[in-house]
Amino acid sequence: MSQAIHFQFKVVRKEFSLNASATIPGQGVTALFGRSGSGKTTLLRALAGLEPEVEGELVVGEQQWLHSAQGINLPIHQRAIGYVFQETALFPHLRTEQNLLFGWQRTAEKDRRHNPPQVIESLGLAPLLKRYPHQLSGGEKQRVAIGRALLNSPQLLLMDEPMAALDRQRKREIMPYLERLHAEAKIPILYVTHDLEELVQIADHLLLMDQGEIIKSGPIEILLADSSLPIAQDEDAGALIKTTLTAQDEHYLLSELSFSGGTITVGQVNQPIGSEIRIRIHAKDVSLALQPPLESSVLNVVKCRITGITPQGQSRVIVSMDAAGSPLLSRITQKSADRLALREGCEIYAQIKSVALHS
Amino acid sequence: MSEADIGALWVTLRLALTTTVILLLLGTPLAWWLSRTQCKTKVLIEALVAIPLVLPPTVLGFYLLIMLAPDGPIGALWQSVGGETLAFSFSGLVIGSVLYSLPFVVQPLQIAFTNIGNHYLEAASTLRASPLNCFFTLVVPLAKPGFITAATLGFAHTIGEFGVVLMIGGNIPGETQVLSIAIYDHVESLEYANAHILSGGLLVFSLVVLILVYGLNRQSPLNGRYR
Repeated sequence: MSQAIHFQFKVVRKEFSLNASATIPGQGVTALFGRSGSGKTTLLRALAGLEPEVEGELVVGEQQWLHSAQGINLPIHQRAIGYVFQETALFPHLRTEQNLLFGWQRTAEKDRRHNPPQVIESLGLAPLLKRYPHQLSGGEKQRVAIGRALLNSPQLLLMDEPMAALDRQRKREIMPYLERLHAEAKIPILYVTHDLEELVQIADHLLLMDQGEIIKSGPIEILLADSSLPIAQDEDAGALIKTTLTAQDEHYLLSELSFSGGTITVGQVNQPIGSEIRIRIHAKDVSLALQPPLESSVLNVVKCRITGITPQGQSRVIVSMDAAGSPLLSRITQKSADRLALREGCEIYAQIKSVALHS
Repeated sequence: MSEADIGALWVTLRLALTTTVILLLLGTPLAWWLSRTQCKTKVLIEALVAIPLVLPPTVLGFYLLIMLAPDGPIGALWQSVGGETLAFSFSGLVIGSVLYSLPFVVQPLQIAFTNIGNHYLEAASTLRASPLNCFFTLVVPLAKPGFITAATLGFAHTIGEFGVVLMIGGNIPGETQVLSIAIYDHVESLEYANAHILSGGLLVFSLVVLILVYGLNRQSPLNGRYR
């Protein structure tokens, strides 16, 4: 069953307007990324049916949830969604257990897709069942909220910056659960964030928003490595590459990862040969050379072709490159770019000083 | 206590209870509407609800007397559908009390409903709860302190009512004579002992009720001390 989602929304208010349309793949995590005030939350709320003045269309799988011209507007409580709010919105007068089962109890038996013991197990909620929300930590609350949304048997899971209110420690605590959710959920997940690190860890697809419009959408690897997009201007900008673990070097304790553009050697990864590993290469960790460096401490050199150069401020440029199908980004000084006479189409050697791993 | 005093006590309790039940039934939807509407007439309705707080009860009683009289608009309508005479009857008293105690029920409810905010209701609606279901599973338990306050204030305020009753109820023992009027009668006839019993009783009653309300409301689901 295809669960792809297509929407076309228009919301006009005095101080803000949303004018967005896109198709979201039926599986995986689609991140809504953009500055605050760009309309991410409004879009999410429109999908849920929480924005009364929205006009347009919304098709989820085979079902028409909204079609203003035909007067169709499915009430919120009849939409099979899971909504994880930033401030969790756990019901304060109900224990964790009753919060979790709130939607489940209101779902017809034939539509139920998850069973409570399984969700409680996978989110580690068993010790929290008898507690009230005010007796939970921020991270625990968020896990309960995710469980509650899942037990509502959604066809579409909407998550509005679920980690924004958490400190670094709590974020690290909850990330494994999100990654597991990502791997196991068979429904589309729409995830709002303005944190690039979060985005890279969890998203497959990206909708970039600005001033109430979707300015670009596509697979995350491609969008992250597009020097012309605003995310490339971020201090932590960088490319995301899918690799396969192909060899282990027991002597130097290194692992070899292969991708379309060649191989990359990293500190030993304790996973079986053949594992798929996502790596992140920050633009600031990539330097460029016209010739393959013969004697250098940098192990990883990849031959690329330049696909775009975008200035960043006065002194730096972002260079996007293609390594036989895999994108790469580099941030260098304008001076270096001029000295090497870089331009689109140039062949170049990217020296990668550091690699971050994501499973 | 004399038989007449006991009669007055019963009339008073019956009146307060009937008024409170009616006020909760009418006041809840009204307070809900006031807490959620963006409509411009809201201010007008709020002012009308609050009028008994500032108006001398005799003024309210005077207009009610005119309206409820057999040839008044409400009295005539009531009698045309087969009702008894409203002025100087228990039913008339109930109508007067409902109007007189309206703000004491509507205002605490409106504040309680406003304090719930929208995010719990939105969350519940994304979890397949219909608006009516949201109201009973979320609003009622979360606004419990508001309901307790509203019911108690409505009840207690009706018990203490004097001016309106005097104007539209008269002083018919067993029918419209309430405690406050009975006290007035005792004082008029210099029966201070009887007046003491009733007044002291009312004083203690009011104090106990208020202590109970404040005690119960210390534990609110919204302030995180719920257990």
